[in-house]
Amino acid sequence: MGGAILEKLNEEGLQKVAFKERLTLLGLTLPYLIFVAALIIIPVGWLFYLSFIGRDGGFSFENYERMTKSRAYIRIFITTFKISILTTLICAIIGYPLAYFMSQLSRRWASICMIGVLIPFWTSLLVRTYAWLVLLQKKGLINNIALDIGLISEPIKFVHNTTGTLIGMVHIMLPFLILPLYANMRSIDKDCLKAASSLGATPTRAFWTVFFPLSLPGLTAGLLIVFVLCLGFYVTPAILGGGARNHGSDENFQ
Amino acid sequence: MGFLNKNVSETQIRLKDRLWLYIFSYIALFLLIVPSMVVIPMSFSASQYLEFPPKEWSLRWYENYFFSWKVENGFNDWMQATWTSVKVAVLTIIVAVPVGTMAAYGLVNGNSRISKMLFPIFISPMMVPSILVAIGLFYFFVQLKLVGSVLGLVLGHSLVAMPLVLIIVFSALKNYDMNQEKVARSLGATRFRAFREITLPQIKFSIVSSALIAFLTSFDEVIISLFVAGGDNSTITRSMFLALRDQIDPTIAAISTILIIISSGLLIIMQIIGTKENKS
Repeated sequence: MGGAILEKLNEEGLQKVAFKERLTLLGLTLPYLIFVAALIIIPVGWLFYLSFIGRDGGFSFENYERMTKSRAYIRIFITTFKISILTTLICAIIGYPLAYFMSQLSRRWASICMIGVLIPFWTSLLVRTYAWLVLLQKKGLINNIALDIGLISEPIKFVHNTTGTLIGMVHIMLPFLILPLYANMRSIDKDCLKAASSLGATPTRAFWTVFFPLSLPGLTAGLLIVFVLCLGFYVTPAILGGGARNHGSDENFQ
Repeated sequence: MGFLNKNVSETQIRLKDRLWLYIFSYIALFLLIVPSMVVIPMSFSASQYLEFPPKEWSLRWYENYFFSWKVENGFNDWMQATWTSVKVAVLTIIVAVPVGTMAAYGLVNGNSRISKMLFPIFISPMMVPSILVAIGLFYFFVQLKLVGSVLGLVLGHSLVAMPLVLIIVFSALKNYDMNQEKVARSLGATRFRAFREITLPQIKFSIVSSALIAFLTSFDEVIISLFVAGGDNSTITRSMFLALRDQIDPTIAAISTILIIISSGLLIIMQIIGTKENKS
């Protein structure tokens, strides 16, 4: 009898300690939570709220109506989406073979190639945008070389238009696609491919029926990250795109 | 050309079938690395205009960066901005690393259901487009009179740096055997002492690299700085952006070169730390 009571008391005590423990651990995440709540959820939520307030101060869809009626806003939205989709597609076309190539190399060579992906990743955005401005402008390196070897007869306009924006954005977004895709491709079991070819599949068929579907999760993740980042991108379009491409992400709320 | 018939994968692909992939990949890697490097020779050019390769060499743009004095306000704008950036980046480390580490510790050890719920919220600063975060912060800081202050910048930059700290320390703690702390505590150590004396020494390399990344993130951040900084507290990236939008000043090439050196330096330090941690 006494033993059972003691056991019960002990259990209650342990539960109390465990509860306190959990509370402490939750408490440790509290500063972070306050940070995010105060600096993301409240400000962005407030912008969202403001977007529904009309000029008279009441609730209305006035701002959205104005947005959908104004041609300028619609054009900005279409350009934003067009550029984002194009950038994502070009990143996929360049990034997929490159990630595949790296995933087929030995670990040592792959990590050397990885430096090529990581250096631009860690170089300041502004530096890279500036570099492209230097390369692409009317009297820039690329135009000069092309003129010298007689490829073109007069300079091509690369900057302050969509082409410049696209080149700069693809260069900046490519690492964001390659990193998740490469990690995914590395984890694909090579025995699956061996099995496919031992069953008589040609290399091409083995790639498309085995390797490609297995790499899709990484590809989707990468594409999603690139697309979302493109939609909210500001710096590169502002400098390389000039007035031709405006960003829609902020005008939404103003 | 026998090497072209060498097998390069498990599925009987010969090198010549795949030559296009090799060539394509090397070109892509070349295009990823080299364009940024073009600013290094540019920065030593003597000319006002951006000509490549430069006809004459000089250090005038570095001089301009380090010693230029604007007559109207009597101080060097570039140096002032650099100083602000360094100050903000260091303060960002001081805020983001402890807060991020504490949260990572709480998430790893705490109730797994709550942790799963909190994790996406915690990395949301990385997911929400930074222009939105910047505009939101701007409106918010206007009310609090934090626009143009160092504190506002530190808060904004910490917000962006914290998810990176969280992810790095979180994965370090995941690979770490928490039972070691339990042993220490069963021997009478408090939780804090167990963490400080047992866990911390074993994850210190991850914490150091997360601090370096926090520094770099803050130092390179443009958009939040653009909205939140102002007056005497402009950051280097904000000044660069404003200068770039208006005219192409070769001083920017000099600053870019310095920035490339800083970030490659930090990258190398992190690689060294990484290999050390793998060995120990």
